[in-house]
Amino acid sequence: MAILINELTRIIVQGFTGDKASFHTQKMMEFGAKVVGGVTPGKGGTMHMGLPVFDTVKEAVDAVYPDASLVFVPAPFSADAIMEAADAGIKLACCITDGIPAQDMMMVKRYLRRYPKDKRTRLIGPNCAGLISPGKSMLGLMPGHIYLPGNVGLVTRSGTLGYEAASQMKDLGIGVSTSVGIGGDPINGSSFLDILAMFEEDPETDAVMMIGEIGGPQEAEAAMWVKENMSKPVVGYVAGLTAPPGRRMGHAGAIISAFGDTAAEKAEIMRSLGLTVAKSPAHLGEAVAEALANKPSKKKYVSI
Amino acid sequence: MDIHEYQAKELLANFGVAVPKGGIAYNPEQAVYRATEIGGTRFAVKAQIHSGARGKAGGIKLCNSEDEVRDAAADLIGMTLVTHQTGPEGKVVHRLYIEEAVPIEREMYIGFVLDRKSERIMLVAHPHGGMEIEEIAVSEPETIIRQTMEPAVGMQAFQAREIAFALDLPPSAVNRMVNLLMGCHRAFRELDATMVEINPLVLTTDGQLLALDAKMAFDDNALFRRPNVSELRDQNEEDPRESQAAEHGLNYVALDGEIGCIINGAGLAMATMDMIEHAGGTPANFLDVGGGASPERVAMAFKLVLQDQKVSAMLVNIFAGINRCDWIAEGVVQAVKEVGVNVPLVVRLAGTNVDEGRAIIDASGLDIITADSLADAAHKVVAASKNGKVA
Repeated sequence: MAILINELTRIIVQGFTGDKASFHTQKMMEFGAKVVGGVTPGKGGTMHMGLPVFDTVKEAVDAVYPDASLVFVPAPFSADAIMEAADAGIKLACCITDGIPAQDMMMVKRYLRRYPKDKRTRLIGPNCAGLISPGKSMLGLMPGHIYLPGNVGLVTRSGTLGYEAASQMKDLGIGVSTSVGIGGDPINGSSFLDILAMFEEDPETDAVMMIGEIGGPQEAEAAMWVKENMSKPVVGYVAGLTAPPGRRMGHAGAIISAFGDTAAEKAEIMRSLGLTVAKSPAHLGEAVAEALANKPSKKKYVSI
Repeated sequence: MDIHEYQAKELLANFGVAVPKGGIAYNPEQAVYRATEIGGTRFAVKAQIHSGARGKAGGIKLCNSEDEVRDAAADLIGMTLVTHQTGPEGKVVHRLYIEEAVPIEREMYIGFVLDRKSERIMLVAHPHGGMEIEEIAVSEPETIIRQTMEPAVGMQAFQAREIAFALDLPPSAVNRMVNLLMGCHRAFRELDATMVEINPLVLTTDGQLLALDAKMAFDDNALFRRPNVSELRDQNEEDPRESQAAEHGLNYVALDGEIGCIINGAGLAMATMDMIEHAGGTPANFLDVGGGASPERVAMAFKLVLQDQKVSAMLVNIFAGINRCDWIAEGVVQAVKEVGVNVPLVVRLAGTNVDEGRAIIDASGLDIITADSLADAAHKVVAASKNGKVA
């Protein structure tokens, strides 16, 4: 099952005909993702990579019934593209773009709430590597071969640190159900908590690793939710122990500017709420292995 | 991006925020000229650096004559101010702001921030100004007044009135407060600010509401559409290496340690720095080369990191997703030959085409220490730093 995407997910790409979008779309299709078309305003009616191009997301929805959109549009136009996807009723939008103005994201988040919950677009990112359900589908730009299909949910802010975790797990024979990059921006579509709640409901996920970083309240909020609501073990890590306050560490959101923003404080909150925290970024895989080994046995799901 | 106090006041004045009369000066003569222009007999001479707590550090002097203004300006220009925000090396004062000193009845605090929890603009106010809000948030959090703004419609006058009454302003000052708060909010929205802070906001003995100090920060991601804001950038206030890095699409932050770092991805970069510390070293910098790093960009990264004299060993840690390890390896080999690396160099490659990448490093004949994993890389670079073996 995995979460958010699987082999049946029909995908369109917004900003489809751009070089980078084309390159990554090719990679996604090689991985097995079901890409059904794309949107580039002004190029509607043409074909690109053997797939139809549409002028608007609504036209794409009417013609090829997509479930998900990969938003690969330059930062000044990304907010517009996400809102277009939401208005067309796309269930899942993943925005890769880095550099979107924070107030644009503030407006996007407000806009998404215009729609009732059952019609609301779930946004992943921006400024993220996307998501992948190994062996099934990919909506993003991660290297597919570093993931082993399996039963551990992975949710990270950083793309490359997510790769590091997945490959450490693979070295120990541990696979991933779905890996979600929620992105490094201060305002993002889905929080750690949102993704953890989905992993809790997913019968194919037995444990979750969440990897945060300095800045913002989302790691602590998620940890509190885990203590109250989560039956599956959660292993955490927070990057940036050596980061100085007030300095932006690459990601727009990675800055220590308030109480509780430091890596040490977040890791301590996680620990105090019963999460296992990996003792270093070289122990991400091991920490997951331990959590799986210590997991209380639970009812097995039988597929027929 | 941060700007100076005088620049923030100019911007806010355009949105109807009242500020004391003042002018910028680069030397004592100009300072005296500004004082004459302002008139009166009481002036504040204020050092313009990107930092709060300038008063405590001796960067603000109150003067009772133009002669005193001249002396104060002579003292302050060229002085290095050290505050808790500048770091121990401090910042050199290049500009002064000369301002009329106003008779103060009351000092208050107001600040607008982009609140990450509510994902909205939040107004934070406190009845006592002059202190740092971070300290109040810890010592007496219940005294802080907050309002969040609905993004679709922005701040409404009733919200500003609520703040004005909560601050216990006299009825005669309420409308002024509403205009001031609404003006700050409009500036925040229309200029893509991430912070607007007036501390202190003062009520004068003659009933005016004035921004005595003002601080603004802006969203770097929005500068492309705010040319009038980006032109306020002051290169003197930035680490030259960081500005240089930004020009080449690199993210670089100078730190105090001895291990130079070149890494792809911000999260992996932070994690690698953590791992260096875990292994007993300290990172000299944060550096994210980004995706699709060309050999030129890798070479530039080497140059930047090696400008730091404290660096006694270097670590390159690349987890190639979209990057390919063979390309990165070629970039590293080229950079080492071009730039000349005179400290030990540890390279860890992982991900796409890792075997080809390692083969290139091995075949280069350069004295590069290779590592298989994050832990291996960190331990090797810390050991190499201590032994001082040269690549």
